[in-house]
Amino acid sequence: MASLSEKVQDVFNEPGCEVNQVKGEKERKKGCSKQLTPGAAAGGCAFDGAKIALQPITDVAHLVHGPIACEGNGWDNRGAKSSDSLLYRTGFTTDITELDVVYGGEKRLYKAIREILDKYDPPAVFVYQTCVTALIGDDIDAVCKAASAKFGRPIIPINAPGFVGSKNLGNKLAGEALLEHVIGTVEPETTTPYDINIIGEYNLAGELWQVKPLLDELGIRVLACISGDAKYHEVASSHRAKAAMMVCSKAMINVARKMEERYGIPFFEGSFYGISDMSESLRQIATLLVQQGAPADLLARTEKVIFREESRAWEAINAYRKRMEGKRVLLITGGVKSWSVVSALQEAGLEIVGTSVKKSTAEDKEKIKELMGEDAHMFDDMRPRDMYAMLRESRADIMLSGGRSQFVALKAKMPWLDINQERHHAYAGYVGMVELVKQIEQALYHPVWAQVRQLAPWEEQAASNDQPGLRLDSQYPSTQVALNG
Amino acid sequence: MAEVTTSRKACSVNPLKMSQPLGAMLAFMGLNHCMPTMHGSQGCTSFGLVLFVRHFREMIPMQTTAMNEVTTILGGMDNIEQAIMNIWDRARPDVIGLASTGLTETKGDDVDAYLKLIRAKHPEIDEMAIIYVSTPDYVGAFQDGWSRAVVRIIEELATPCSVKQLNRINVLPGCHLTPGDLEEIREIIEAFELVAVFIPDISGALDGHIPDNFTPTTLGGTTREQLHSMGAARATIAIGEQMHAAAIELEMKTGVPYTVFDRLTGLAANDRLLQHLSSLSGRPVPQKYRRQRSQLQDAMLDAHFFTGGKKVAIGAEPDLLWSLGSFLAEMGCELSAAVTTTHSPLLEKLPIAEVLIGDLEDLEARAAGCDLLITHAHGRQMAERMQLPLFRVGIPTFDRLGAAHKLTVGYRGTRDLVFELGNIFLSHAHEATPSTWSPEPINCSSDCGSSCQGSGAGIPAPTSMAAATV
Repeated sequence: MASLSEKVQDVFNEPGCEVNQVKGEKERKKGCSKQLTPGAAAGGCAFDGAKIALQPITDVAHLVHGPIACEGNGWDNRGAKSSDSLLYRTGFTTDITELDVVYGGEKRLYKAIREILDKYDPPAVFVYQTCVTALIGDDIDAVCKAASAKFGRPIIPINAPGFVGSKNLGNKLAGEALLEHVIGTVEPETTTPYDINIIGEYNLAGELWQVKPLLDELGIRVLACISGDAKYHEVASSHRAKAAMMVCSKAMINVARKMEERYGIPFFEGSFYGISDMSESLRQIATLLVQQGAPADLLARTEKVIFREESRAWEAINAYRKRMEGKRVLLITGGVKSWSVVSALQEAGLEIVGTSVKKSTAEDKEKIKELMGEDAHMFDDMRPRDMYAMLRESRADIMLSGGRSQFVALKAKMPWLDINQERHHAYAGYVGMVELVKQIEQALYHPVWAQVRQLAPWEEQAASNDQPGLRLDSQYPSTQVALNG
Repeated sequence: MAEVTTSRKACSVNPLKMSQPLGAMLAFMGLNHCMPTMHGSQGCTSFGLVLFVRHFREMIPMQTTAMNEVTTILGGMDNIEQAIMNIWDRARPDVIGLASTGLTETKGDDVDAYLKLIRAKHPEIDEMAIIYVSTPDYVGAFQDGWSRAVVRIIEELATPCSVKQLNRINVLPGCHLTPGDLEEIREIIEAFELVAVFIPDISGALDGHIPDNFTPTTLGGTTREQLHSMGAARATIAIGEQMHAAAIELEMKTGVPYTVFDRLTGLAANDRLLQHLSSLSGRPVPQKYRRQRSQLQDAMLDAHFFTGGKKVAIGAEPDLLWSLGSFLAEMGCELSAAVTTTHSPLLEKLPIAEVLIGDLEDLEARAAGCDLLITHAHGRQMAERMQLPLFRVGIPTFDRLGAAHKLTVGYRGTRDLVFELGNIFLSHAHEATPSTWSPEPINCSSDCGSSCQGSGAGIPAPTSMAAATV
């Protein structure tokens, strides 16, 4: 069994990633995320990333082996939806004490697994390693192995303690755990020539369900989504898919590539965000399936669905276009690929005045340049202070970002829309794009903006008193007194 | 008298507890121009940040020393130094509040020594206070982290003052109080012509207001000047048993005498406060509060029909549990389950047979047959399963608005709480049906047991118990 540091090096050496391949040997060893700056860092740890990637598997018990902070401070806080089991939303942790730190926490972990199996009877337990238990040397691989043998149930070690690196690395280590312990361990009951895997889609706000009806209509079966709304046995039997789509940048590229290597499942990288991206993804899925032996009529049927859906979506979006034309968007995203959203918003008539590329690859950046022109404003790391200034000075009309920077926009009294992890609205597929445009329109034209920007009457007075030459009787311009003005 | 027991499970399910460093972070958020910083891996800060952002719906300044595997083994001094200097360069705060985590405590970083060395190397940051508190994740809970941080703030910054400000009162609030609660207490104290200085004061930064400019640090709270002049106050009022140690520390360092109020929810509890303020100030209790007291009495009379005999299950940190549990008992409710996160001398005094230090799974197991669940927002899954109303209290409350302004102290806050709880019971009243008094066995599921046995003879059988959350 490879040690954790070997595994980290392994995922840093990713032949499926062009960015990685142009790096020198030394640079590659450092990994794909930049070294963190103490006192100026933001973002989650590797454990966080592993949990994000795997927790959407709904019928598994996700057990965090560590002190209370790792689970207690952040459980049940994500919007991945389930069509069936709710077990994934139950918080399990060994909540280790000082005594465990001194004597080791392996026994407690073993007992915890037994308690979970007794009480909740899940098809599998995922055990997450954390910093403290890694530091004291708890061997979760050994405990999981012993527990699997004793209880006859897959107990899967997820070796991604927070201090090994960033969220992105955690995504990849989670993928490694699936490859090593889960994928290929169960045979599917039936297979069809239309079986696909979707890798790196977490069904946030139910987005998978915006896409699935179209796949259903085409007769395409999602054998496993890794990991949105997935069941354990689906992931375990995903090695029999005919083709795969990799979503969400390169977070799980190791899973897609290794499944291609081991099981001959070809994959492409695509996105469900934006109309043209959605169509392209459907096309690619159909093409790959046909290449793999599915009847060729799938291609024509797919084109038909694309034509119908695009027409519908354009019609719906055109209704908004007039009110959106020329509105300027500041786009700060993490996981969602910037360029796919950029093209989607441009489709709706919006102007993108800047986008973050912190987690984008060089290839992504090229695509953004293609879309936004050579002088595209790309920010590697935009400080909240700068976002605030940009909004305050009205160089943008709305900001789309993750929840973390929400209040930067709101305190500048500017419209804001959540497009990350915790969002409540689903924006995938054709319907999702229409929904996003609708939400942007609603945010831009909401009646609160005029009200919260309005000075109090006494502030108006003070402001105009400060300006010499302004006469007292001009202090209350009628438009500002009118409530609906 | 309650027996306090600790859950013997190896696996905590649906945690009620949050970790110590997070409590310390919240305390530091009550200091003006402060940058709360965790000495740990970046995830420690990230989880806490998300939790506070979702609860307060505010910008949360919080930093990390971004420890990784190698720096952990080699010791975190370089990371602490870099973090301090980066924060200094970028934000120029008055204070950095630094809390250790499970990771750095397991390694055994001697942060006090590191800080001495860093201070010696960087005289340019002399004017910035750095308050370090040791808060391993695997000991205690949120409330402990808060009270330890406040003790450390006092140890570092309180000094005896020869010139006294006769109308000044120090208030040491527990972390169970909201910014809205602090505002109410301030108003009460000011009504006696006294000046209240809260240490720490989260009503300054987390009360949900719109500042004129962007600030990378906390944008309100106890100022440096106020912290240095703690010793000038005439008296200290501590609210919540968790602040007892801080009050003692403050008295030992500055000679300012203290009084601990175990809670400020309920009629008698507030009578004690107002009587105390009256004797401190030499002024009669203002007419406004006499009126509010009378309103509270009236509210209690109106509500007692609906609160009497109701069974309530509470999961909360000790001081919040004590406030609400004692108050509910005063309203005639029966505490049928109490689960908490950490030890406190108050737990044994709760009017219930057993107080368990445990998790929400324990609460769920004990809450069968209850009329109401009271805990933080994580109780939502349990409430849905049990089809019971959930009254959300404490941190985190991420699925409701206005958590920062929830008011449960003072006569006015207690009055509103009486109404709110009364309304929950009112809206979940069981209507009689033709089969209610029928001699035939009543088809009643096990989890509505109490409604069937609870209220004496002629029990209405619930035909449907709507799942509702409040």
